[in-house]
Order: sequence, then structure tokens, then C-alpha cells
Amino acid sequence: MNGSINGSHDYARVYVWEQPVRWFHWINAVTVIVLGATGWLIANPPAFMSETEASFSYWFGDVRFIHFAAAYVFTANFAFRLYWSLVGNKYSKWRNFFPLRRAQIRQIGDVLKVDILQSTQKPVHTVGHNSMAYFTYAGTGLLTVFQIASGFALYAPMSESWFPALFTWVMPLFGSEFSLRIFHYAVMWAFTVFTIIHVYLVFYHDYVEGHGVLSSMVGGWKFLEKKTIAAEEASGISPYPSKPTTPAPVAPTQVAKIN
Amino acid sequence: MNSTREVTENIPTVYEQMIARGVSRRDFMKFCAWMGAYLGVESSGIAQIAKAIETKRRIPVVWLHFQECTCCSESFLRSSHPIVADILLDKISLDYTETLQAAAGFQAEEILQDIITKHKGEYLMLVEGSVPLAADGCYCVVGGKSAIDTVKEVAAGAKAIVAWGNCACSGCVQAANPNPTRATPINAIIKDKPIVNVQGCPPIAEVMAGVLVHLLTFDRLPQMDSLGRPKAFYSRRVHDTCYRRPNYDAGLFVETFDDENAKKGYCLYKVGCRGPSTYNSCGTIRWNNGVSYPIQSGHPCIGCSEAKFWDNGPFYQRLTNFPGFGIEATADKIGLAVGAAAVGGALAHAVLTNVRKRDTIGEQPGEDNQKLDPNPTAAEDPKKS
Ligand code: HEM
Ligand code: SF4
Ligand code: SF4
Repeated sequence: MNGSINGSHDYARVYVWEQPVRWFHWINAVTVIVLGATGWLIANPPAFMSETEASFSYWFGDVRFIHFAAAYVFTANFAFRLYWSLVGNKYSKWRNFFPLRRAQIRQIGDVLKVDILQSTQKPVHTVGHNSMAYFTYAGTGLLTVFQIASGFALYAPMSESWFPALFTWVMPLFGSEFSLRIFHYAVMWAFTVFTIIHVYLVFYHDYVEGHGVLSSMVGGWKFLEKKTIAAEEASGISPYPSKPTTPAPVAPTQVAKIN
Repeated sequence: MNSTREVTENIPTVYEQMIARGVSRRDFMKFCAWMGAYLGVESSGIAQIAKAIETKRRIPVVWLHFQECTCCSESFLRSSHPIVADILLDKISLDYTETLQAAAGFQAEEILQDIITKHKGEYLMLVEGSVPLAADGCYCVVGGKSAIDTVKEVAAGAKAIVAWGNCACSGCVQAANPNPTRATPINAIIKDKPIVNVQGCPPIAEVMAGVLVHLLTFDRLPQMDSLGRPKAFYSRRVHDTCYRRPNYDAGLFVETFDDENAKKGYCLYKVGCRGPSTYNSCGTIRWNNGVSYPIQSGHPCIGCSEAKFWDNGPFYQRLTNFPGFGIEATADKIGLAVGAAAVGGALAHAVLTNVRKRDTIGEQPGEDNQKLDPNPTAAEDPKKS
């Protein structure tokens, strides 16, 4: 770093992604890849010119089984993340994902200018995700909800269980199962495109900004200037208090807020 | 139904009419057992069917024809059972049907008016064909009345409606994109009457007979799925009862219609079979007196008992055109294009980044990595922050 880290730059290690968030991220990543790959195989089974009789082989059935099993993990994992967005730290809170405050909307504009169009050089440094990223994840959340709803709607007729039966209302909205399958399939592509852009941008941010975003999803820590952290606290982008880890003295104002 | 008896006093029971036409008691009982089997009732239920047909005055039936090819009627006529084709459909149950009735012209229309006024609230309305709504319904006019007017008029006094076939249930080919006549299924027009959707293009004759017998004898609607199809016949996919299914699970697929795999009878999934998303009884009841069904003859299911099956084409392709993107635009083509754009965009962006942000990459605000700091203890560079 050519000696640029000197006394004037007060860095702090910030614990951003709690362990449950990180587990969610990687379980989600693995299940999306498994679901995408098995889904692709379901749609385009390769031609094995096998000489075996049907009674000796079940590989296509297995592929579908893996898809359905991964689907349950994917769904439970997502449900857990929804829960965690209520009880997790302020960077994982649900409100971050919805750009309803002016500061968030402004930041989305800034991120587009600085990182995508690169028309201005003033960097946007944030402790959690930037508002643009949070908003994008709200979008992938929607895709996830759609895949779960459409997937279990398609699965319901093959299952006796109560859970897929919760989604039987989805199919009539699309008129037929086939129409629903086309959309379930297309969203696989949406996930693929998201993954390409997502992985690129993570590398981009780590490369350009050097906060350690890439490793933050492993260890949970990011490295930022104290000034940046203070600025973010002041900007109101992530103002929602996290649950105190040590029992805090119950001040009357706090009680009022919690209620 | 308490008033049926008085209103239809002059109408004999179905049984009486059968006997009058020379059906023996034995054949009658066989018919009841046959219907009971299709309807999926227990053997004790067969007595119930027999009793109902013997004692219940039959319900007046009106069969309307609109935008259709009459394949539903044809299918019904070809039912393997003489009682279905000859007695149930032709001679006894139908009070009005454009295709088969002897009456014509004003006389025929009079009969229709007669039924809907005299038997208000009691008759069954069977509809074959869809209803065009474009241009005030002028694309289908019978006896000087547009289909839409007739449907509304007849439905108003109907006890229940049976929509025959894909046309009446979801518009079939005439409702395919761009649907020039705005062909509309019955359930999109009539909202306040129970409608039984007997899907298929055409529906299987035994299915049609089964639904009619159910309505005529039990006097209540059969159990239906979320799309209004009777569960007895539409609760399982063609795929669930397909004899080629073991090949599917084993991943043994026909690749082209003339390959070795086709001769071996492998699964038709990859040549476009819609069996996995089509609810019908083809795999169990089959067609033409149970002789065969399309898949057994080596042809993939085209999903004829599902809405929009014409639009979900091409038929012989597993993955089809994505709605809204024109012909020849499969989800794969769109996805690949967007994916390639994403990869290309990322590469271009990476290059751009290295050019535009050359000076600041990896820096925090206030740092300047480009220059060796001549004085390590010096404070920050005021120009940069
Ligand atoms: C990231 C999430 C997911 C992706 C990318 C994905 C992808 C796919 C793809 C590409 C197909 C093939 C569609 C076709 O060819 O018609 C498919 C089929 C299917 N998926 Fe998913 N899927 C996902 C999640 C789910 C979930 C959560 C479920 C819930 C059970 C599910 C259930 C199904 C079912 C039932 C089928 C039809 C399989 C068959 O009948 O053979 N999927 N999926
Ligand atoms: S031929 Fe069609 S219905 Fe039969 S197993 Fe294959 S995909 Fe299913
Ligand atoms: S196999 Fe499919 S397309 Fe053929 S008649 Fe049955 S449901 Fe219709």
C-alpha cells in the first residue's frame, strides 16, 4: 500500500454480516446453483443413448428429486432470512431493502453515476450494501418468492404434503401448468443473469474500494474509515438500531420505540 | 329441485324411455355399472345410479353450438356404449341441439324458448364452442341472435352449465393469439352459475357421458379442480398414468420421430410431450373404446385439455416460445441474449473501470496510492480529500 496507511486514516473493522446472514448467503448460493442446474437438466435432458432397460435406471427421477429436495432447503433458508431481517443487526434489517427514504433514493442515483456510468469519481462508501444493492436484493427476493410459489404450485399435484398444497392457487392465475412452467423456466435465466452481474460487481467493489467486501461474506468484517462509518450513521441510510447484544438499561424512550 | 317434479310432470324418467326403446333391464344395469366405474363410485354407488335413473324425471337439456368444429358432439356420438350415443344423447336427453335435432328454423327456436320459459331454473345448459365478443358478436349468429345474447339468455334460467371441450372452457384455436374475433370461454362470460368444464379437444366420450350421467342422476355438481374440471377425470396428468413413464424416469427419451428410441417406445418428452402438465384421462380411459391414445401411437400429447395450448407452441418442442416476445423467441434465446449482454457488459465495465478509476483503485478517501509517500509521518494529502 506504499505507506499510505498512516495515522490520519483511522480505520475500523466493522462486523457487518452476522453469522446467520453469512450462512443464508452461502446456502442460498449453493441451492440456487443446484436448482438452476437440475432445473436446466429437467428442461433439457441430455441424450444418453443408453442400452439399459427403463427398469434399471432412474437418473432423470433422481435429478428431479434433487431439484425438489434443494427446493425445500432454498425455501426454508429464505424463510429464515425473512425472520432474520426482523431480528438481525441493522445491516440486515428489512427496511434497508426498500428505498423509501430520500437518502436511499439519492444514494441509488449516486451509485449509478459513480459505479455503473462512472461519470463522476466521488466514491460511495457504505458499511452495509449500498442502497442500489439492497434494492436489487429486494428484486431477487421477489424472484425467489416467485420461484417458490410457482415451483410448489407445480409440485403440489405430485405431493400429498400440506406445504405444496398452500400454493395451488398460483396455477389458475396462469391458466395452465404449462404456462406456469414457461415462467418458472424463464426465472431460471433471471437468476443466471443476476449471478453474472452480482459476482462481477462484488469483485469490482473489492478491487476498486478495498473494503474487503469479498471476504466480508465469509468472515463478516469490513474495513472502513471511521469517517465513512460516521458519515453513514449521520446520513440516515442505515439508522435502524440493531438488537442490543448486552441487555441495555431500559430507558423510557427506548421502550416507547420498541412498542 | 323440489319443484322439478311438477314442472317436468309430463317428462318420463330416463329409464322409462330406455325401456320403451327396447333396452333390456340387464343392459341397463350394465350401463349403470359402466358409468359407475368411470365416475369412480364404489360398487354400492351403482345401485344409486340405477335407482336415480329409474325414478328421477330427467332434467331438460339444451345443447348450444357456437364457435366450434363439432368435434365434441362427434366424440360423444362415437362413444362405444350404445346407450350413450343413441339414447342419452340423441333420443332422450336433448331437448334442443342445433346439430342433431329434427326441428329446424322457427320451430327449433320455439322449442328453445319453450324450454327456457317452462323449465326456468331446472334445465341443464350444455355449450359447445366459444363466444365471439368482437364486433358486437357478429361472428357467430344463430337464428338471428348473436351467441353472446343467446348464452346470457339461456344461462339466466339454467340450473347448471356444462362447457364442452376446450372451446367452451378456454377458447381453443379461435382464441389463439391474436384472437381476431375475441373468442371467449363461457366461464369468462357467465359468473353466477355453476359451470363444469369438460376439457379436451375433444373431451373423451366416456368422460362426457360420465359427467352427464353424474348431473342427471345425482342432481349435484361433481367435485371439481381449481379450473372447474371434474376431478373424477381431470385430477391426474396424462404423464401420471402414461405407460411410457418408466422411460421418463430413467431418462430414456425419443430424440427424433424416426430414431431407434422411437421404435423402442421411449418417452416423448423431448419431442414436445405435454403430458407432464396436462390433466386428462387419456392414459386410463383412452380413446375409441379404450383402443389407444396419442402417446400410444407415438405422438406426444399436445395438451389439448389445457388453456392456451395452441399458443404454447411449437408442439414438437420441449421448450416453447416465451409469451410476449414473438415467434421463435424461446426463453433460452432471450436468456442467452441477456446473459451474453451481462457478460459483455461486465467485461466492458471492467475495462472502463481500469481506465476511469486508474488513480483511485483500492484507495480510501484521502489516500493516494500512486505516489510513494516521501514522508511517512506526514498527514493526509489535502488535495485528495
Ligand atoms: C432458484 C430457484 C429455482 C430455479 C432456478 C428453478 C429452475 C427450474 C427449471 C429451469 C425447471 C424446468 C422447467 C421446465 O422445463 O418446464 C424447473 C422445474 C421445476 N421446478 Fe424449479 N427452480 C427453482 C426453484 C424451485 C422451487 C423452490 C420449487 C419448489 C418445489 C421448484 C419446483 C419445480 C418443479 C415441480 C418443476 C417441474 C419438474 C417436473 O415436473 O419435472 N423449483 N425448475
Ligand atoms: S410420453 Fe409424455 S406423458 Fe408419457 S411419460 Fe413421457 S412425457 Fe410423460
Ligand atoms: S394425449 Fe394430450 S393432446 Fe392427446 S387427447 Fe389426451 S390430453 Fe389431448
